[in-house]
Amino acid sequence: MQKHTFTISLFAGIFVLTALAQFGVINQYLQSVIMLMGVNIILSTSLNLVNGYMGEFSCGHGGFMCVGAYVSSVVTVLLFSKNHILGAPLLPPSLALFAFPLALFAGAAVAAVAGLVVAIPSFKTRGDYLAIITLAANYIVISAIDNMEIIGGPRGFMGMNATVHGMEGLLDIPWMLLWVLFGTVFTVWLLRRFVTSTLGKGVPAIAQDEIAAEIMSVDTNRMKLIAFMLSSGLAGLAGGLFAHILGYVNPHSFDIMKSTEVMVMVYLGGMGSLSGATLSAVLFTVLLEVLRPLEIWKWVVIPLLLILLMQFRPEGIMGNKELSDLFPKLKKYYSFK
Amino acid sequence: MKAMTIKVLVAVLALALGAFALMGCGTDSNVIKIGFNLELTGDIPKVGEASKFAAEMLKEDINSKGGLDVGGKKYKLEFVYQDNEAKADSAVNAALKLITQDNVVAIIGPNSSKQAIPAGGACNDNQTPMVSPWSTNPDTTKDRPWVFRAAFLDPFQGPVAANFAAKQFGAKTAAVLFDIANDYSKGLAEIFKVEWEKKSGAGTVVAFESHGTKDQDFSAQLTKIVAAKPDFIFVPDNYNQVALIIKQAHDLGYKGPFMGSDAWGSAELMTLCGKDCIGQFFSTHYAAAGAQGATKEFIDRYTTKYKYVPDDVAALTWDATRLVLQAVQEAGKVEKDIKAERKIVRDALANIKEFAGITGTMKFHGTGDPDKCAVVVQISPEGKFEFKESVCPQ
Repeated sequence: MQKHTFTISLFAGIFVLTALAQFGVINQYLQSVIMLMGVNIILSTSLNLVNGYMGEFSCGHGGFMCVGAYVSSVVTVLLFSKNHILGAPLLPPSLALFAFPLALFAGAAVAAVAGLVVAIPSFKTRGDYLAIITLAANYIVISAIDNMEIIGGPRGFMGMNATVHGMEGLLDIPWMLLWVLFGTVFTVWLLRRFVTSTLGKGVPAIAQDEIAAEIMSVDTNRMKLIAFMLSSGLAGLAGGLFAHILGYVNPHSFDIMKSTEVMVMVYLGGMGSLSGATLSAVLFTVLLEVLRPLEIWKWVVIPLLLILLMQFRPEGIMGNKELSDLFPKLKKYYSFK
Repeated sequence: MKAMTIKVLVAVLALALGAFALMGCGTDSNVIKIGFNLELTGDIPKVGEASKFAAEMLKEDINSKGGLDVGGKKYKLEFVYQDNEAKADSAVNAALKLITQDNVVAIIGPNSSKQAIPAGGACNDNQTPMVSPWSTNPDTTKDRPWVFRAAFLDPFQGPVAANFAAKQFGAKTAAVLFDIANDYSKGLAEIFKVEWEKKSGAGTVVAFESHGTKDQDFSAQLTKIVAAKPDFIFVPDNYNQVALIIKQAHDLGYKGPFMGSDAWGSAELMTLCGKDCIGQFFSTHYAAAGAQGATKEFIDRYTTKYKYVPDDVAALTWDATRLVLQAVQEAGKVEKDIKAERKIVRDALANIKEFAGITGTMKFHGTGDPDKCAVVVQISPEGKFEFKESVCPQ
C-alpha cells in the first residue's frame, strides 16, 4: 500500500484541482497562478539537475525555455490557427487535443538539441567559463529570434489560443491546467528516476570530482551530454506550456532576468534537492503574487529575504536533502521504488 | 517536537492560502471599480508612475464632487492598481486578478505592447473591457472586441514623420538608425522607409542601420550614416538612446537635423541630452508647451502636484480613463451583476464615435483603434517641447 499512496494522492490531487477549476471554485486568477507555479517547478527542478546535482553553473536556462516556447507555438499555430506563413490551418480544431502534446514534445526536443550548444563546450570547460558560455547561449537564442521576421521578431508571436480553444471545443474542461499539472509531475518523476538510477549517479560524481569520476568508469562527456540535454529539453517543455498559457510569446520574456529568476529558485530550495526545488518554486511564485500590492517595495522585500536566507541557511531551504530525509516519519506514509 | 512544527507549518500554510483566496472579496454597490494594470516596477517604472499619478488626479477630481453621475445617481470611484513588473506573464496575472479577485468593471493598461498584447487576450477571453493608453502595436486590439486603445498606431506615425521632414527640411534623402530588438522602434523604422521611398523614389533612404537595446556606442553605425550624407536622420528610439545618438553624431561632424518619434517625449530627454537636442523635431501625442484649454489645465495641475511636466503617457492615461468613465455614464445605469455591467460598458465604449481628449479628438470607426491627430514638436532653447504642427489622418 505504501508504494502507491504517493501516486494515488498525486493523481487524486490533480483530479480535485481540475474539478475545482471546472466548477469555478478556484477562479481564473488562481488557476493562472497555479499554472505558473507548475511552469516554475519544471524550470527549477530541471536547472537543479545541472546547477545542483552536476555542480556546474548554468545561467542561460531562459534561452532553452525560449526555444521550446517558440517551436511548440509555431507548430500549433501552423496546425490550428490562421497564420501569415501558410494561411489556413492545416488540421481541424478537433485534433488539437492529440497534436498539442506532440507540439510540446517537439519544443522540448528542439530545446534539447539547442542544449548541445552548452553541452559540447562543457567537455573541455567548467566553472566560470562554462557559465559565460551558457550566458552567451541565452543571448544567441534571443538575438536569433529578434532577427527572424517570419515569427514576428521583437514584436513577438501569437495565435496559440486557437489550439487551447480547440481542445476546449472538444471537451470543456480547463485543459491547460491539466497539461501543466501533467507536465510538472512528468518532469519531477523523470528527474527523480534519472538521478537515482545507476546511470544518473554519474551526475553527482562529476560534481564531486571529475577526474575521480572518470577513473571510476563514469563516461563524463556522455553524462554531461545527457544532463545538459535533459535539463534544456525540460526547460523547453516549460516554455511550450508557458507560451500556451499566455497565448503570446516575446523573445524578451526569456532574457537573462528569467534565467536569474530560475537560478534564485534553485539556490533558494537547495542544490541537489528535488523537493527543495519544487518547494522553492511554489514559494517564490506565491511570494511574487502575495507581495504584488507592495509594488516597488516587493523588490526590496524579496532580495532581503534571500540575503537573510543565505546568511542563516546558506545551503538553501532543503540543503541537498529530500523531504523524507528531513522528516523520516513521512516514510511511514509513502515510499518510492 | 517535530510533529508539532509540522502541524504549525500546515496551519500557517492553510491560513495563508485561505487569506489568498479571499483577498478582494466583498463589494459595495455605490462604488464603481476600475482596474489599472501598470508597469510600476521593472524596466519602465516612470511610465507606470505617470499613469498612476494621472489616474489619482482624475479620481480625486470626481470623488471630490461626490462621485460619478450615472443615470442620476452618484457613484464613488475606486481605482485598483496592480503592478505588472513590465513582464508579459505578470501582466496576464495582474489582469486576471483584477477581473476575478478585484471584480473591476474595466481595466486601463498595460501601456507597453509587450504587456498589452497578452493582457488584452486575457481581458477579451474573460469579457472585460480594456483600454491601453500607450500601446501602438496593431495586435493589441486586432480581432478583440473588448480591447480598445487611446494612442495612434505606428502605421500612422511613420508617414507623419516622413511628410513633415520632407516639407520642413526640404529633404531628398534620409538615413534611419533604430533599435532592432525593440518592436516599436523596428516597426516604425520599416514603415518610415517604405513611406519615404514611395515619396522620393527607391534608394533615397541612403543608410538603414540598426543597434541593440543596451548599446552605448553608435559610432560604427553613425560613421556609415554620416558618410552617406543624408539630408536628415530619422531616429525612432527611446529617449535615453536618442541622447547618446545625437551627441555621438555631432562628435562625428554631422550638422544636419534629426527627426524623432513619440518615444523621445520624456521629461528626462533634456537632462540627458542637453544642448545637442535643441532645435530637433519629433512627432508625438501632444505638446506640453503652448497647450491650450483643458490640456493646459491638466498640465498645470499635474506639474503643481507632482513637480514635473506630464509626458504623453500621463495625458493618454487621463484620456483612456475618461473614455471608460464616459462609457460607464453613457450606459445609463449600473448593473448589480458585474458581468452584465462589463457588457453594457463595452457596448457603450464601442458606441462612442468621437471623444474629445486632452491629446486631441479621437474618432472610432467600429474598431478599438482611434483616428487622431499627431503633433510635431520642436525642442526649444529652454528645453521645452514646442508645438510646431498638427498632422491629421486624411
